Amino acid sequence: MLRYLIPLGLFLILVVFLAIGLGRDPHEVPSALINKPAPTFRLPQLKDPAKTFGAEDMRGKVWLLNVWASWCIACRDEHPHLFEYAQSGVAPIIGLNYKDKREDALESLAEMGDPYQLSAVDLEGRVAIDYGVYGAPETYVIDKNGTIRLKHVGPVMPEVWSQEVLPLIQKLNREGTAK
Amino acid sequence: MTRLRLLALLLLCFFPSFAMAQVQEEERPSDDPVIEQRLAKLSKELRCLQCQNQTLADSPAGLAADLRREIREQMKAGKSDQEVVAFLTQRYGDFILYKPRVTYTTYLLWFGPFVLLLSGLYLLFHYIKQRRELIEEKPLSVAERRRAEELLASASRKETA
Repeated sequence: MLRYLIPLGLFLILVVFLAIGLGRDPHEVPSALINKPAPTFRLPQLKDPAKTFGAEDMRGKVWLLNVWASWCIACRDEHPHLFEYAQSGVAPIIGLNYKDKREDALESLAEMGDPYQLSAVDLEGRVAIDYGVYGAPETYVIDKNGTIRLKHVGPVMPEVWSQEVLPLIQKLNREGTAK
Repeated sequence: MTRLRLLALLLLCFFPSFAMAQVQEEERPSDDPVIEQRLAKLSKELRCLQCQNQTLADSPAGLAADLRREIREQMKAGKSDQEVVAFLTQRYGDFILYKPRVTYTTYLLWFGPFVLLLSGLYLLFHYIKQRRELIEEKPLSVAERRRAEELLASASRKETA
């Protein structure tokens, strides 16, 4: 009896491991930047290139950095939801327009609306490298001290928002600044 | 809405250039052959995170090209290979390394197979030993001994004949 039960048991253990492996998204790579200071940058703004934006401008606020581009299909799925998140007023959303043509980016905002407080233009994707971006859309939650607290790769759909992002923002909003 | 999206997808299939509307500057190899050589070697050990089963050297993805540009620039600025790898792992994590580092989280990965091998060998020896103990050593009975002697005798008779 035992000689059949042992292989069966081993097989079942293997099945459990494989099932867990199947259910996981290999594109969800743990970010190396969680709880690290958000990399500084200074980039021109999309709508007004004469003005610049940098992460340090948002000191004292909990904010979202959303990496997007007009060529990014998944960003289109996410886009309408960004309005809801912005309207909830819990945190401003800043766009990082990633490797996009300016006219394409403006056109896509004109077509779908602009949920961002502003968008910074990362034409060559250098700032994106500093943030460890490997596929748009990506969203970072940055706290009042300028520390990255969460990174979400892929569109932030309402489920992710209500279960993960919103509770974190609410918690961070209650926190004070370190200084 | 879904139909529209389907249409868009179809269009994309027919005009692949639409999908590549990403700003892509021409990749310029460095004029320093040493840097190109170092890059070729280093980028084979790094993963392109966009298409995870390709190295940075093989990947045609935009991100891979950007990272190669970044590596070239850093090498040109005099950074060592280790410094470049440190720069990348700080941003993208250890996952960017094709050869995982030996840390406590990867002990199982590195040494697991040897543990399995050793425990397999132990089980094998144990099994063989047990089998050997199962075989009883019983002296031959008188009848058996006589039969064995007869057989041996007939065999030697045949040989001499």
